[in-house]
Amino acid sequence: MDLNYTPEQEAFRQEVRHFLQDNLPADIRERMGKRLRHNKDMTVRWQQILHKQGWGASSWPVEFGGPGWDEVRQLIFEEECAMAGAPRQLDFGLRMVAPVIMKFGSDEQKDRHLPGILDGSVWWSQGYSEPGSGSDLASLRTTARREGEYYIVNGQKTWTTLGQYGDWIFCLVRTNDEVKSQEGISFLLIDMETPGIDVRPIIMLDGEHEVNDVFFDNVKVPVENLVGEEDKGWTYAKYLLGHERTGLANVGQWKTMMRRLKEIAREEQDDGKPIIENTRFRDRLAQLDTELRALEITVLRVLTASSDPGPEASILKIRGTEIGQQLFELAMEATGHNAIAHIPDALEPDYDGPLVGSHNAVPAAGDYFNMRKLSIFGGSNEIQRNIITKLVLGL
Amino acid sequence: MNFDLTGEQRMLQDSLRRFLANEYTFDKRREYINSGKSTDDGIWSAFAEMGLLAYTFPEENDGLGGNAIDTMLVMESFGRALVTEPYLATVVLAGGLIRDNGSDAQKAAILPAIASGEKRMAFAHYEQGARYNLSYVNTSAKSEGNGYVLNGSKAAVIHGYQAHQLIASARTSGNTRDENGLSLFLVDAGADGVTIRDFPAHDGFRTAEVTLNNVKVGVDALVGAADQAFAAIEKVIDQGTAALCAEAVGAMDAMVEATVEYTQTRKQFGVPIARFQVLQHRMADMFIQAQQGRSMAIVAAAYADSDDREARREAISQAKLLIGQGARLVGQAGVQLHGGMGVTDEMWASHLFKRLTLVNLLFGDSDYHLAKVSEALLAKLA
Repeated sequence: MDLNYTPEQEAFRQEVRHFLQDNLPADIRERMGKRLRHNKDMTVRWQQILHKQGWGASSWPVEFGGPGWDEVRQLIFEEECAMAGAPRQLDFGLRMVAPVIMKFGSDEQKDRHLPGILDGSVWWSQGYSEPGSGSDLASLRTTARREGEYYIVNGQKTWTTLGQYGDWIFCLVRTNDEVKSQEGISFLLIDMETPGIDVRPIIMLDGEHEVNDVFFDNVKVPVENLVGEEDKGWTYAKYLLGHERTGLANVGQWKTMMRRLKEIAREEQDDGKPIIENTRFRDRLAQLDTELRALEITVLRVLTASSDPGPEASILKIRGTEIGQQLFELAMEATGHNAIAHIPDALEPDYDGPLVGSHNAVPAAGDYFNMRKLSIFGGSNEIQRNIITKLVLGL
Repeated sequence: MNFDLTGEQRMLQDSLRRFLANEYTFDKRREYINSGKSTDDGIWSAFAEMGLLAYTFPEENDGLGGNAIDTMLVMESFGRALVTEPYLATVVLAGGLIRDNGSDAQKAAILPAIASGEKRMAFAHYEQGARYNLSYVNTSAKSEGNGYVLNGSKAAVIHGYQAHQLIASARTSGNTRDENGLSLFLVDAGADGVTIRDFPAHDGFRTAEVTLNNVKVGVDALVGAADQAFAAIEKVIDQGTAALCAEAVGAMDAMVEATVEYTQTRKQFGVPIARFQVLQHRMADMFIQAQQGRSMAIVAAAYADSDDREARREAISQAKLLIGQGARLVGQAGVQLHGGMGVTDEMWASHLFKRLTLVNLLFGDSDYHLAKVSEALLAKLA
C-alpha cells in the first residue's frame, strides 16, 4: 500500500509538464483558462501537436500508433493536460470508435480509419441516441436495409455532440427486427458527406449550439463499413460504453476546475472581502475538495485493479458527474448576482465590451446550466445506480 | 388561522391566470424576450387595466389599498408563466419605496403614473463588492447648493434600462458599511451624467449597471429623510424578497406539473418512465419542496409589510432560505427527469430551471439567509 507515484511516474509527469509548457499554444490556453467558447480549430490544432510528439492517442497500444502507456500514465497525462489548460481531445474518435475498430473491425477498416483519428484530420461523431431511445438505447429504430453491396439507412439520431463538424459518424442501426431488440442491431461507419444526411442544430438551455439531430433519408452505406458481424452491434456498443464510463470521472478536469474555483473564491468579493473568508462558502468548498480527493483515489483503485473495470465504473460516472456539477454550481454562487447577466459575445477572446463584475461571472451560469447534462448523458445516473444495484450488489 | 383567499383575491388570481394562459404563452414570451426589452407595451397596459399595477398603493393615489398578500398572488401567477415584465422593479421595489417613504407630492406624482402603466421604474442599490450586504454603499451624494451631486456605480439593477426613472441609494454621510448615512434619490434615467448599461439575463429578464457621474438632483429628489434610509432599503428588499419567494413557488408548481406530465408521456423500456419508483420518489420530493415553499411564501408575505424589524427579517430570511433550496432541488430534479430534453432551449422545463436558479442569486442566496437566521437565533438565545 503506497499512495505515492513511483519515481518513474513522477519523471513521466515532469516530461509531460515540460512538453505542455513548450507546446500548448497561448491562445488555446487563454480560451480554456477563461472558459471561453470552444471551437473546432483548437481541438484539431492540439490533436496535431500531440500527434507530432507521438502522444496523439494516450490510450492506444503501440501497434496502432499509440504510446503504449499503462493506465496510470494515461491518467497522469490527462491530468497534466487538463491542469495546463489543454482542450479535451475528441473522445468520439479516440476513445469510442477507435477501440471498437481495433477490437472488432477488419484490417481494412483499421488502415482506413485509425490514422485519420490519430492525426486529427477526420472528425468523428456519435450516432447512438434517438428521440425515443435514450436510457433504453436498445429500442433504437434507425434501420439499415441490405440492398446489394449497400445498406440503406433511414431514421434519426440525436444529441450528436459537435456533429456540426463531423466528417464521419458511427451509428447503431437496426438490421433485424424479427429478433429481441438487442440482437438485431449493427454497428455502421458512415461518411457524413453521403447524400441524404441532414445535420440540424439543437440549441441548449445555455443558448449554445453543442449538440445536433442527424437525419438519415435513404443514405447508401457500402457494406464494407459494417464493423464486425451483422446483428452483433450491441456487443460492440456495450464494449464502447464501458470505455466511456471510466472516462466520465473526469478527475483531471475537475482538479483543474477546483484550482480555478479556489482562485475565484479569492477574487470574488463579499462585503468587500474575498468570499473565501465567508465560512459557509468555504465549508462547501472544503467539502467538495474532500469528495474530489476520494474520487481521485477511487479512480486510481479501479484503474490499477488487475481486472478490467466492470460495473464498478458506474461509481466513477455518478460521483464524477455530481462533483463536476457542484464545482460549477459553487463557481456560479461565488459570483453572486453578477452571474445573472448573459453576455454570449464575451465567450469569444476578442470581446472588449462591458462585463458585469469580473470575467469569472461570464461563463458562470451558462456552465452551471450546461453541466446538468452530465448526470443525464452517457447512461443517466439513475441507470448507473440500477447497474450498481443489479450487477454489483446482486439485488 | 385562516389561509383562505377573499373572493376578490380569488378573482384576481383567476383572471390573471386566465389572461397569462392566453396571452403569455411560451412562444409569445420568447418574442417579448427576443425584442431585447423583456417587456411588452400591450402586456403592461393590460396589467394596468387589470389593476395589477395599483393593488398595493393607497386609494388616495389611485391605488386599491392592497398588501403583500396581493403581491404574493400576482407574483405566484407570474412565476407559473415566467413573466419577465418589470413588475418587481417598478411596483414592488420603486413603488413600494415611494408608497412607504415618499412625500405627499412624490406619491401624487409617481404612484398614479405607475398604476396607469405610463411609468416604469427601477431600484439601483447594490454595488460591486457588496455581494448581498445592504449597507455596503460607496456611491456618494454631496449636498451642493439647493440639492445633491451623486457619484458612483450600481450593480444588479433589475430592469434598469427599461425604467424611466430610478431610485438610487447613496451615502450622504458615514463610511462604506455604516447603516447610518444612507439616503434615497429619484434620478431620471435620461439625466446628465447617468449611464445605464443594459444586459440580458439568463432567465429572460434584463439587468443593468448604472453609473452616476456628477448627477445633479434637487432636494425634492430626496425620498424620505436624509441619512436615515437604511430601514427603508431593508424593508423594501424584504418586500421584494417576499415577492420573489412567491414567484419561485409559482415556478416550482409549474415544474412539478411539467415533470409529472412529461414522465407520463415519455416511454422507455416499454413503459412511461413515471412508472419507475425512483422517479416517483424524486417527484414526491419536488412536490414536498413546493409545498413547504408555499408555506414559507405565505409567512414572508404576512410579515413583509411589518414594522417589527426582527420578526420581519427572520420571517423573510427563513422563507428565502427554504425557497432558495427548494428552487434548487425542484429545478435540478425537473431537468433531470426530463432527460436530454430538459437541457434544451425548446423545453419549458429548462426555462423554469433557469429562473429557479437565478431567483436564488437575487436578494441573497440560501447561504446568506441561513447566516441571517443563524444570527437571529444566537441573538435570541444569548
